[in-house]
Amino acid sequence: MKADLSNPPRQLLSGDDAVALAALHAGTALGIGYPGTPSTEILETFDRLDGRAQWSPNEKTALEVGIGVAFAGARALVTMKHVGLNVAADPLFTAAYTDVDGGLIIVSADDPGMASSQNEQDNRHYARAAGLPMLEPVDSQQAYDFTWLGFELSERWKIPVLLRLTTRVCHSLTPVLPRAPITPKAADFRRDVPARVMIPAFAKPAHHRLRTKLAEIAAWNEAEGPLHIEMGNQALGIISTGISAMHAREAAPEASHLSFGLTYPLPIERIRAWATQFERVLVVEEGDPMLVEELRAAGISVESKTERFRFSELDVARVRRIITGDDSEEPAPPQGKPPELCPGCSHRTVFHALRELDCIVAGDIGCYTLGVLPPFSAMDTCVCMGASITTGLGLRHALPEAQARRVVSVIGDSTFVHSGLTGLAEMAYNPPPTGHLVIILDNETTAMTGQQEHPGTGRSLDHSRAARMDFVAVGQAMGIKHVELIDEAAKDVDLKACIAECLARDETALIIVRQPCVLAAPKIRLYEKTAAAATSETS
Amino acid sequence: MTSNHSTTNIVIAGLGGQGIITASDILAETAFRAGFDVKKSELHGMSQRGGSVTSDVRFGERVLSPMVPAGETDVLLVLEPTQIEMNRPLLRADGVLLTTDVIPPGALKNKKSLNVAMLGALSSVLEIDEAHWLEAIHAHLAAKLHRLNDEAFALGRRSAQTD
Repeated sequence: MKADLSNPPRQLLSGDDAVALAALHAGTALGIGYPGTPSTEILETFDRLDGRAQWSPNEKTALEVGIGVAFAGARALVTMKHVGLNVAADPLFTAAYTDVDGGLIIVSADDPGMASSQNEQDNRHYARAAGLPMLEPVDSQQAYDFTWLGFELSERWKIPVLLRLTTRVCHSLTPVLPRAPITPKAADFRRDVPARVMIPAFAKPAHHRLRTKLAEIAAWNEAEGPLHIEMGNQALGIISTGISAMHAREAAPEASHLSFGLTYPLPIERIRAWATQFERVLVVEEGDPMLVEELRAAGISVESKTERFRFSELDVARVRRIITGDDSEEPAPPQGKPPELCPGCSHRTVFHALRELDCIVAGDIGCYTLGVLPPFSAMDTCVCMGASITTGLGLRHALPEAQARRVVSVIGDSTFVHSGLTGLAEMAYNPPPTGHLVIILDNETTAMTGQQEHPGTGRSLDHSRAARMDFVAVGQAMGIKHVELIDEAAKDVDLKACIAECLARDETALIIVRQPCVLAAPKIRLYEKTAAAATSETS
Repeated sequence: MTSNHSTTNIVIAGLGGQGIITASDILAETAFRAGFDVKKSELHGMSQRGGSVTSDVRFGERVLSPMVPAGETDVLLVLEPTQIEMNRPLLRADGVLLTTDVIPPGALKNKKSLNVAMLGALSSVLEIDEAHWLEAIHAHLAAKLHRLNDEAFALGRRSAQTD
């Protein structure tokens, strides 16, 4: 990971680093996103390579900024994990109707098998649903090449392009041969109201334009889209995409293999022609049976995996089973030591108190989700970013009073900025009869994904100083009745008593428990020292 | 399943915080510098929080999947005794298991360099020039840590050879 990326030729890179390097070489004006495993390293590396990179409050704001960059005629790279694209789906679907001048690539880093996610949704569906071209690399070289190609396709057809990675592509190191960097064209505003202002009068023809673009891109994919063939015997032809192609080539070296990079819109006639050569044609794909359904809908006769292999990621052993039609029970993966809250973690105190008070805890996404595990066992719900506040409100509205009074929402600082602000507005606006309590577990970093900055830390992606969101002032401005900051400095505050007091009232309350993440604390001190020195130099 | 005889499969296992990923980065870099095709894979994220971690490194003339298939590991390197049994099924029948037993008790100056000491032990069973190992270690660690880790590497290599 610490290899010298600025110095070609061939180097060993992760898929994430390869995307960052290609973005740099292709003259990307801005990289923007929200941290999320397995996508986080893309922007960190882009920053390290002296690319201009920013963390945005969430994926929706990131994509919208990226759309603006592309409207200005410059190249933008927007990064997120798979569930982040749900947050960004609103701009995504309409951006598809617009004409972008600069290339716009949206990276969706999917997590089949849920190594570090709350679901294993298959974001290939977004390409079809929004009508956007999707590129799927098999390794870091293709991650590098497809970032270049994505920008080229995006600018040729003035359309945003989805670059779908999966955990094993993002985090595996494989060799990459970079190409010569280019100098980007200068940004310049071009007024084009019908292509950029999506009122119905303009959006109706824009939708027709989108379908025309997709038909042209499909024709390009048929003629010259990236496609890889390895011819073996005539008994079995395997069609695969993404990392599955590598597993398949290893699992069946004697078979013939076809894989292709632009997976939407499909090069359907090339696939049809290739498939006629074999006695058996099998589709090997991770996740939902999407490709197999599209091929069958086009009248191409292909075999599919069984339902068992929809779940979790594929590997060589599982692909061997798919090929031989072995649908028997698979050996259970080894049960290792599960992760846990770090010794000295500030969240521990809070979960002890919540457990002792027998609270019903609406939880959220982050390290603190580990509060669900023993010894705390102090979490009752976890759905998506920000849902702690609003799900907690729903529980309060519906439960009988004695139970409603025990409901508490806990949310991390980064998650609060990402998707908690509107929930807090909901709480102030529609308070349940028993009131409600939200606790922000403010450890001053986005801890789970590897300690990234966010608007609540007051530091930018590169850790230099930025405006800092004041959670106390936000709570007060939203109209929350009681707002309290419990700082690590105030050791004498009885957190448990403070929570109990809030639960006894019929009013809305926000407690911010602030103590830096134990892993991040030394780095935060260093960033602050550096920032202070920079400030005193310029003043 | 004959295509892989030329691929060497190594799995490094331990707990979050032990430097498993740094060790596999160094191993991958070493094999890459020695001219092999290389792939390395592991899961990040939740696994960092003190939980079990494994990292796969594969090298040879041409490597396909980045993940070592279960039961095809040539060398299993385990940095934490509690993680041995769980990972043993990854080894092939005649595979080599290297545990921290290979390092003489008390010989390691700083336990943080256990990962590099274990790479030293691994180096004694792989045919890769020692110079590539040292270059890779230096490329991945800060300059002030080079001497400590050079010594740890030498200790592991020596201990495994005389074992």
